[in-house]
Amino acid sequence: MAEFLRLAFAIAGKDIRLELRSRTALLSAIVFSALVLVVFNFARDPTAIAAVDLAPSVLWVTFAFGAVIALNRAFYVERENAALDGILLAPVPRSALYVGKLLANLAFVGVVEAVALPLFVLFFNVSIGHALPGILGVTALATIGFVSVGTIFSAMVVRTRFAELMLPVLLLPFMVPPLVGAVQVTSKLLAGRPLSEMVGWLRLLTLYDIGFVTLCILVFPAVVDE
Amino acid sequence: MTELADPPLLSARGLVRAFGALQVLRGVTLDVRPGELLAVAGPNGAGKTTLLRLLAGLMRPSAGEVLIRGQRLTRDDPEPRRAIGLLSHHTFLYDDLTAAENLLFAAKLYGLRDGAAATRAALEEVGLSARANTPVRHLSRGLLQRAAIARALLHQPDILLLDEPFTGLDAPSADRFRTVLASQLARGRALILVSHHLAEAWELATHVAVLAGGRWALEGKRPADLTAFHARYAELVHG
Repeated sequence: MAEFLRLAFAIAGKDIRLELRSRTALLSAIVFSALVLVVFNFARDPTAIAAVDLAPSVLWVTFAFGAVIALNRAFYVERENAALDGILLAPVPRSALYVGKLLANLAFVGVVEAVALPLFVLFFNVSIGHALPGILGVTALATIGFVSVGTIFSAMVVRTRFAELMLPVLLLPFMVPPLVGAVQVTSKLLAGRPLSEMVGWLRLLTLYDIGFVTLCILVFPAVVDE
Repeated sequence: MTELADPPLLSARGLVRAFGALQVLRGVTLDVRPGELLAVAGPNGAGKTTLLRLLAGLMRPSAGEVLIRGQRLTRDDPEPRRAIGLLSHHTFLYDDLTAAENLLFAAKLYGLRDGAAATRAALEEVGLSARANTPVRHLSRGLLQRAAIARALLHQPDILLLDEPFTGLDAPSADRFRTVLASQLARGRALILVSHHLAEAWELATHVAVLAGGRWALEGKRPADLTAFHARYAELVHG
């Protein structure tokens, strides 16, 4: 297990180092998320719908779009000079490669979300102070879910001709359950509702995470090997 | 390639590989023992690169098997892969990392105890120490090839698979690389070298083979006369 984690962290560390060098994907995802928030901010009619009613959906649509942009880079970096073959050639369990990529992607999407959340508060003038711990918790739960699926789809589409186009087409349907759950929980958190009203959704998010992380670890070797 | 008593480090039995209806390899069998260098020649599309990818475990055969020290190479057991080093058409290097960072990452993948020392030694062996901290994207074609060679040698693999290894190397670098290969053979490593220009490694080769139409058209100990081999090659490949 220690060896497995060492390899996973080595792969995640390499991805983070590469991204820090180029900063292309992360900056693109952050700028894109900010633009989504700007568009929503100017497109809404504040006299028709209260900001607090619209805010959870906008927040999660922003997170989802930002994540798709960030996830596109996951295996794209392995295309240059067939670097993925270099990893597959080594005595590295395929599942360790998946977990390494998942960790790196969680870090990237986490950074995008960390930048987008204050911008969201700024644009929508929503007070989230009282609900912040809950929002951070549900963000972590939902993010693990769709990033786990996004990581495997990123590996699947990287060898296709239109990888950037294919990823959102494949991933967005799988993002629906965690996004619906996250929007519901965020709405209730902002409205100050008791935890008991959110338990069902939190269970769904947790089951989704456990189910899909396990499934992806099992399926990944078949995806990445020729 | 069966004359020596040592058991083979690398064997292939009846390797077949098809891409849809196209059969690229049609039953290739080989044994390579410690200290042997099998030089493989063949025309474009003969299946040379496919053969190396199958031997490296990067591709699964449609039929047949690859054995590393008698142990079947499978997807589920990563350990036999530790014995293989592959120098491919691609460098397996990340452009935004330096040569040293690329090798250090590879050292982690292979679980080397002292990755920094192994990196230094590998870069020294190919004469790239002075450019260790240069991002790979700034290296010339020849230096890039040297970095790729260093990556392939880094974990001291018992089996080296080399696909056109002299590509991009200038004459002094090619000489240096031949010395590296000789040293690998002296250490009992098994080498398979695929090239259009066998003259580059002729003196090092212990065995030669010609792959044509997905099969061995010729295989055996290296003959003494390269010119005669070229004539035989032309006859086999071009009729």
